[in-house]
Amino acid sequence: MSSEPLGFRHKHLLGIEGLQPFEIRDLLDRADGFVDLNRRADKKLQLLKGLTQINLFFESSTRTQTSFELAGKRLGADVVNMSVASSSMKKGETLIDTAMTLNAMHPDVLVVRHQDSGAVALLARHVRCAVINAGDGAHEHPTQALLDALTIRRRKGRIEGLTVAICGDILHSRVARSNILLLLAMGARVRVVAPTTLLPAGIASFGVDVFTDMQRGLEDADIVMMLRLQMERMQGSFVPSLSEYFHFYGLTYDKLRAAKPDALIMHPGPMNRGVEIDGVVADDIDRSAILDQVEMGVAVRMAVLDVLTRHLRGEAA
Amino acid sequence: MIRPVLIVNARLLDPASGLDAKGGLLAVGGRIAEVGPAVTAAMAPGGAEVIDAKGLCLAPGLVDMRVQLGEPGAEHKERIDSGALAAAAGGVTSMAVLPNTDPPIDDPAMVEFVARRARQVKLGKVYPYAAITKRIEGEELAEIGLLKAAGAVAFTDGERALANARVMRRALAYAACFDALIVQHPEEPTLAEHGVMNEGPLASRLGLAGISPAAEAIMVERDLRLLELSDSARLHFAHVSTREAIQAIRAAKARGLRVTCDTAPHYLALNELEVEGYRTFAKVSPPLRSEDDRRAVVEGLKDGTIDAIASDHCPQDQDSKRLPFAQAAFGVIGVQTMLPVCLRLFHEGELGLLPLLRTMTEAPARILGLEAGRLQKGAPADLVLFDPEAPWKITEASLKSLSKNTAFEGRLVEGRVVRTLVDGRTVFHDEAVA
Repeated sequence: MSSEPLGFRHKHLLGIEGLQPFEIRDLLDRADGFVDLNRRADKKLQLLKGLTQINLFFESSTRTQTSFELAGKRLGADVVNMSVASSSMKKGETLIDTAMTLNAMHPDVLVVRHQDSGAVALLARHVRCAVINAGDGAHEHPTQALLDALTIRRRKGRIEGLTVAICGDILHSRVARSNILLLLAMGARVRVVAPTTLLPAGIASFGVDVFTDMQRGLEDADIVMMLRLQMERMQGSFVPSLSEYFHFYGLTYDKLRAAKPDALIMHPGPMNRGVEIDGVVADDIDRSAILDQVEMGVAVRMAVLDVLTRHLRGEAA
Repeated sequence: MIRPVLIVNARLLDPASGLDAKGGLLAVGGRIAEVGPAVTAAMAPGGAEVIDAKGLCLAPGLVDMRVQLGEPGAEHKERIDSGALAAAAGGVTSMAVLPNTDPPIDDPAMVEFVARRARQVKLGKVYPYAAITKRIEGEELAEIGLLKAAGAVAFTDGERALANARVMRRALAYAACFDALIVQHPEEPTLAEHGVMNEGPLASRLGLAGISPAAEAIMVERDLRLLELSDSARLHFAHVSTREAIQAIRAAKARGLRVTCDTAPHYLALNELEVEGYRTFAKVSPPLRSEDDRRAVVEGLKDGTIDAIASDHCPQDQDSKRLPFAQAAFGVIGVQTMLPVCLRLFHEGELGLLPLLRTMTEAPARILGLEAGRLQKGAPADLVLFDPEAPWKITEASLKSLSKNTAFEGRLVEGRVVRTLVDGRTVFHDEAVA
C-alpha cells in the first residue's frame, strides 16, 4: 500500500491508539528522510519557520525534552522549554488554567509530558494548537514507540512477522503500552515478559503472549526490548530486591542465548545497569540498538512536528 | 556405606498406592529396593540387618509440615537436634520448619544455615520454610525466587498472618512465577487482637478476651478471593480450626481453586473446655474451639477438605507458660505425639488407617513437593514401624523435646512408635517394645 496520497488525519498526537497502519508507515517514511538530514553538517530546515513550539514537562526528562527541542529547532521553529519546577503549577494553578494561559500566547505546537494518565488529552481539549504527548502516566508515549519502530525497521528491514519480547516493568510502562499497540498494528508478534506483579491485569487481552519465565519468553525472539525498573519499585513492593530482579529478569548473555542469534537489544533509557540489563550486553555494538534509538528519536519527532503543522503552512496534511 | 535393611513380617501400609498387606521391605543404599507381600527373610542380601516386625505396621515416615524450632535465637526452647530427636521418636522423618526464628529465615543464607545444621544432626530431614516478607513484617516481599533456589520448601510468615491484602495479592502473584507455595496463618489480626481463647460463653465466664471464629473465616475468604485473581498461584492454609473456614475451603476446592489446608492434632482431639482452670498448656493459636467446630474439623478431614495433619509443634519454656493465662505464650509441642493422638480417630472408627496416614505422609509431601511419604520402589527408605494398639501414657519424662508444653500431659493414648528409619538408618528404636 502506498502512503503517498494519504496523510495524517489527526490534529494531535496523543497516542498510538487510533493511528492506522498507513499513518504509522507515513510517519516512519518521513522520519527516514530526516535521519539523513541529521547526519549532515547543515541540519537546518525552515519548515517550521515562524512557528512556536512549547515543551511543557510536568515530569522532568532530559533526553526526551532535548530530543523534542532539537527536532523543533532543526525544522526552524522557535522552541521554548517550560519545566514544571519554575511554572505556576507549583503555585497551585490547575492543569486547565495552565492550558488556557499558554493558549493565550498562541503557540503552534505544545509538547507535553505529565505524570498522570490522560492529562495530556485533557490539556489538548483546552488549547487551539497541536499537542504532542511526550508521555502521560502509565498510558502512552507514542513518539517512543515510533522511534522504536523506526529503529527496528532500519535494522531488520521490516516489522511485520518479527517476534518482539518486551521485558520488565510492563505495569507502570507507557512505553510498553504504546509499543504493544504499534507493533501489533504493524503485524509483529508481541510477547511480554515479567513477574506477575509487574504485569497489568488482563494484559493478554491486548493480543500479546505472556511469559513469567524470561528464558522461555526470549526463545527465538528477533527483538528484545528491555524496560527501565524504577528504583522505588525494587525494594519489596513489586519485586523483592535488585539482586533477585537481576537474577531472574535482568538481560544477560546467558538469557539472551534463548533469543535468535541476531536478536536486537533495545532499551528506552535511562538504563539501570545491573538491574534490568547487564552493562556488557547494553554495550555490545553488534547487538545493542540503544544509541540508534536515541538517534531515531530526533528524526521521528521531526516527522511528527512536520505532519502536525502542515495545515499551518497551507499544505495538505 | 549404609547397611542394607530387610524388614519382614510387617503389615505394610502405603496410603499413596492403597497397599495394606502383610509383607516386607528391603532398603539398599538408603532407598527402597523391594516392597510388597513377596518380600521375605530369604531375600536378605549379605550383611543386611534383618528386622522382624512381628506383625506391626510399617508405613512411610511421617511428614510434619508445620514445626517450630528455636534455632536460631531460642535454643533454650528447642534446638534442631532436640526437635529432630522428638520427631524421630514420633515417627516423623521429614519436617518443614517455620521461619519465625531470630533472626528470621528471610534470606538465602539463613535457609542454607538451617539445612546445614539439620544435615549435621543426622536424624530426620528438615526443610526450612522462608518468610514471605522481609523480617516477617508483612510489608515487602522477601526474595522468593532466590530463597526457593536456596532450598526454601514454601513461604509463610509463620505465626503471623499476612494481613495486608495488597501485599498478599502480590505475594501470591509473585510466588506463582516460581511455582512457590504460599502458606497463610488464617487469622484476621485486627479482629483477633488481644484475644487469648475462643470467643464464647466459656471465655466470658473465665473473664478472658475471646477470638471470634469469624477471624479465621474472614481471612480464609479474603485470601480465597485474592487467590482467584492470580491464575497459577497456590495457597495453603495452616491449622484450620473452624466450621466456617472449612466450609469456605470446601466450596473453593469445588470451584477448582488451587488451595489446600491442614489442621493440628489438638484441633481434632480437644475443644475449648481444656482452657478451664486457666491451663496455659491449652493456649494455642488459633485457639481451641467449640465442640461443634471440632466436629467440623473431623468431618473436614474425613471428606478430604482438610488435606493434611501437621503437629504445629511450638516449644515454649516454663517461663513462657507459668503466667496468668492472658500473658502466657501461645503454642504446644506435638511432633512426638502426633501419631498416637491422631490414631484416636482410627480407634473411634472415624477414619481407616490408610486415609488417616495419608494426611501425615503422602498428602503433606505432595503439597510441599517432597520426595517422601510413599512405600515405593526407589523412594527414600524413610519409614515408621508402629503398633497401633499399644497403650501408653504421655508424661513429661517421655517427651524428647527441650520444652514440655504438651496439651496431652497425663493422657492415655493408643499407638506407639517402635522404630523410625531415615534413608534406611534407624534413628529411633524403642527397646522396651521390640
